[in-house]
Amino acid sequence: MICKLTPRFVPGYLDGELDLVRAIEMETHLQNCGDCARELESQRALRAALQRGSLAYAAPQGLRDRIQSSLRVSAAPEPPRHKSIWRAPSILRFAGAFAIVALCAVTAWQLAPGLRGPSSEQRIAAEVFSSHVRSLEANHLMDVPSTDQHTVKPWFDGKLDFSPPVEDLAGAGFPLMGGRLDYLEGREVAALIYQRRKHFINVFVWPDTAGSSPTQTMESRRGYNLMRWSRSGFQFWAISDVSAADLSEFVRLLEPHIAPN
Amino acid sequence: MAEATKQERFEHAVLPHVDAAYSLARWLTRNDYDAQDVTQEACLRAFRFFEGYQGGNMRAWLLTIVRNSCYTWLQQNRRLDSAEEFDEEIHSDSVSDSASPEVQILANADKQTLQRALEDLPAIFREAIVLREIEGMSYKEIADVASVSLGTVMSRLARARTRLRQSLEATLGKES
Repeated sequence: MICKLTPRFVPGYLDGELDLVRAIEMETHLQNCGDCARELESQRALRAALQRGSLAYAAPQGLRDRIQSSLRVSAAPEPPRHKSIWRAPSILRFAGAFAIVALCAVTAWQLAPGLRGPSSEQRIAAEVFSSHVRSLEANHLMDVPSTDQHTVKPWFDGKLDFSPPVEDLAGAGFPLMGGRLDYLEGREVAALIYQRRKHFINVFVWPDTAGSSPTQTMESRRGYNLMRWSRSGFQFWAISDVSAADLSEFVRLLEPHIAPN
Repeated sequence: MAEATKQERFEHAVLPHVDAAYSLARWLTRNDYDAQDVTQEACLRAFRFFEGYQGGNMRAWLLTIVRNSCYTWLQQNRRLDSAEEFDEEIHSDSVSDSASPEVQILANADKQTLQRALEDLPAIFREAIVLREIEGMSYKEIADVASVSLGTVMSRLARARTRLRQSLEATLGKES
């Protein structure tokens, strides 16, 4: 049977966590107690070994740079068309708001009918953003977990009044994880879930009734990147916390698989 | 621009601790690739919460976020060792009586063996050793990072050390 003080006080003594009075008592005790002295010696030997081994890892080259650039993406007031004006001082804000309204009016006038103004796009972006966050938080990412596009696509039959294009991109490092019904813009939409390493990408798909511009636009909201485009009569929104570069790559890979009607 | 200032302040406060953040993530995920990913993600989360940071120990604050990100990652990847590791009473604290040969063994432990022994510990014991012996944190700081009481820190640390010594003895004792 070893000294009962050993487990109670030796570690604290070693770690310098005893108060002054206890530490002095312990020093006296150590001179008379072989158990405690031996244990202290062993623990010191372990500490010395760990310190000798210099087991701390240094952050690899480039990690700091990547962190800094991801901070910039997250903090940057971008893209200019959507965001920056709302953070500007008020005079600029009025001027900017006026300019945007005027510009929208002119653009809409020229390109009407059917061009969605930024306000509607902003509203959808906000809905897409909260759907994505909710899907991750509420543990309700997938209604139909499957990596097989031939399982996911038929699953939507009878649940939606359209059949969304479903394509597995596992070969390119974006495996399909499943599908889910979601609700955006006052209608039911298909949500397809892809994975990039440990990050999830939600792709929302619904019929494009407004004849939206096919141009891809990207924006970022609170660390998430969003991409919007339309193709073959569908409107697409992809959102994820993967880097903007990864998301663009994903959309680039997905595009050719969306067959024209 | 307010945002630029926030980013500058954040970088000034956080970047000096990226090594510590990566090191903890590297020990908890046990691989470089995911450790980088987790560290980057944790820094972004820290940036989002930065307004709420009240000052004080920045390293402990950052490591708390890194640790939580790591455990989320461990859960998602089902790498969290079995529930057994959470039962702190299972393993006895038997301390070797023959200290002298043990001290000899520990004195000869090479880096690789130490690394492997530490990696084999369950995550909660591994983090206790990493925070105490590698980061040199106090019990109070470890308690903050791991969101546990001081008593739990002490018992985890004691068990972690015992297991580490047993494992090193088992590995190196055979060789000598």
